[in-house]
Amino acid sequence: MRPPIGLLMPLSATNPHRLPSSVARDDEHLLVAAAKRGDTHAFEELVNRYEAKIFRLTMNITRNREDAEDAMQDAFLKSYAHLKEFQEDSRFYTWLVRIAANEALMRLRKRRPNQFSLDEPIEGEEDLVPRELEDWGPSPEQRFAQSEMHEILSQVIDKLEPDFRVVFVLRDVEELSTEETAKALGISIPAVKSRLLRARLKLREKLNRYFRQGVAN
Amino acid sequence: MNCKGVIREISDYLDGELELPVRQELERHLEHCVDCKMVVDQTRLTVDVFCDSKTVELPADVKFRLHDALHRRLQEKSN
Repeated sequence: MRPPIGLLMPLSATNPHRLPSSVARDDEHLLVAAAKRGDTHAFEELVNRYEAKIFRLTMNITRNREDAEDAMQDAFLKSYAHLKEFQEDSRFYTWLVRIAANEALMRLRKRRPNQFSLDEPIEGEEDLVPRELEDWGPSPEQRFAQSEMHEILSQVIDKLEPDFRVVFVLRDVEELSTEETAKALGISIPAVKSRLLRARLKLREKLNRYFRQGVAN
Repeated sequence: MNCKGVIREISDYLDGELELPVRQELERHLEHCVDCKMVVDQTRLTVDVFCDSKTVELPADVKFRLHDALHRRLQEKSN
């Protein structure tokens, strides 16, 4: 049985377009400095602060609870082991996301070696043509209870090809910049942009089946 | 700008990364193209419903195993 995901929380319709990430708090650098000096409590505070977000990330990339948990654990243990190498030219959280994304990708590649490659160039624009164009009506997401909405989002992202999903998760769920996403995945900025565009369009199309008027409860 | 052009630029448009003349051209197209307007609005909503600004909780068993592994590692290091 697939475990409940429940990690993709929808925003309410009244929320404005997404705001810059506020995950990393201002005192993060103090905790990092203390942890670098050997203060284990400071490192534990960093873990407590980011564990849920990192698990959501690894879950969203791997779509497998066991792999997600392993990837999250290894990400925290590796970040601790390599903390002294962290140059603080980016936020600790961004550095941690990069490590966790790589741990998750490694497991995804192992599980689906033939289905996942970020190296293949995307050619042609045929897949950009929007299909299933139907009116969603006002605030379609509000027609569903929160639990139903979680299930819908989970199903929809599950069906997205992994190479698109990874980019979408880093950019639109974790709110990494295009440059940070490219660096984390070891691909070019145009490749990130191209995959993000396709991911967003594909997700819109998949959501259309749930959001089009007259489909809701 | 035609419909294909709009679709190609949707991501950059939603992220506010289009140069002003391109953005203006795109918006002029949206004023008279109902289909493109629908795709733009629905894509924006798609990004919004997935973007999570709320605090999420780690399942208790997963949290326990993480901290257990962490304590073991910290202990190994201090010995």
